[in-house]
Amino acid sequence: MSRELTHPLPRSWWLKRPPYFRFMMRELTSVAVFAYTPLLIWALWSAADAASFSVFYEFLRGPLSVWLHVVVLVLAVYHTGTWIALTPSVLVLWRNDEQVDPNLITGTTAMLFLSVSVGVVWLVLV
Amino acid sequence: MPEQTVLEVYRYLPDEETEPRFQSYEITYRDSWVVLDALDHIKTEIDPTLSFRWSCRMGVCGSCGMTVNGEPKLTCETFIRDYNTETIKIEPLAHFPVIRDLVINMQDFMEKLPTVSPWLITDEDKPLEAGEYLQTPAQMARYKRFSMCINCMLCYSACPVYGLNSLFTGPAALALAERYNLDSRDEGTQERSDVVTAHDGIWRCTYVGECTKVCPKDVDPAGAIQMLKLSYALDWAKSLVLPGRGR
Ligand code: FES
Repeated sequence: MSRELTHPLPRSWWLKRPPYFRFMMRELTSVAVFAYTPLLIWALWSAADAASFSVFYEFLRGPLSVWLHVVVLVLAVYHTGTWIALTPSVLVLWRNDEQVDPNLITGTTAMLFLSVSVGVVWLVLV
Repeated sequence: MPEQTVLEVYRYLPDEETEPRFQSYEITYRDSWVVLDALDHIKTEIDPTLSFRWSCRMGVCGSCGMTVNGEPKLTCETFIRDYNTETIKIEPLAHFPVIRDLVINMQDFMEKLPTVSPWLITDEDKPLEAGEYLQTPAQMARYKRFSMCINCMLCYSACPVYGLNSLFTGPAALALAERYNLDSRDEGTQERSDVVTAHDGIWRCTYVGECTKVCPKDVDPAGAIQMLKLSYALDWAKSLVLPGRGR
């Protein structure tokens, strides 16, 4: 009976090939999105009375908050971009027996994302 | 014009060794040589103990898959001239047990394929007199891409999810399930759902996407799996709203 060899994947498997590393980065950037939720919960909580809201508001204006927002924004945009790029693989549409151009699906998704984002920014700022 | 290169080949002789090793072969190759030609040259001219699989030599049978410089490749269509490295490292396909040298045990894959019922399933067979199950070219176009798989297992070798957990049904088998689900003549979507949506089915896939990139036949198993996720999730949602309704 001959012995077969197995080579289990090491814990560092995601460092072995650049595409695996990029995949891991894509997944890790979602942690930033998740990590942002406590701030939103704090926002809701502080809305109960003016005193706690002013504490929250002061935190938002501080340098720590500004840096946090810049970092989370960059990571969230990267994360969103990776998923928008993958959309045509999931959403395979057909029109009159012709497959809809995958670039059109990516483009439409990106435009939708941008429009909603601009809409939210407009709601907040105006 | 002949050129020189060194092939660093993974060797494992189970009757003589307990550990694998790399053996270097310096060869003179021609511009037209693929990696499989070089391995053939080594076997016939330098070292007859070297073992590897191949058959068609034209990217059809799917038996010559190996890891070339870290990437899963069909060696019969991977040209040596495309590698600018001094040495080319040849290893067996990753994530499969190695039987000897570059020969892997493909039993797990062969057992997984039939679990997704990769054949046409109909609720009722038509009588023979009713003739063929007809299909338009447009209907065929919906699944054609997923039907091009040659079972070379490069996708399993590129998939870290399968590498970490071999219970995962895996890219090729799931793409084949979608190939039949999309076929206008098939009515087996529900029948396949037990395996496809099982714990180790589609939901194990984290969309690394490398299966699609390494596929020599442009099958796009990663896309097929995401399409399966979407369609079965929609089916589930529909069954909540309209009990008894599915795809
Ligand atoms: S030998 Fe058949 S695919 Fe390479």
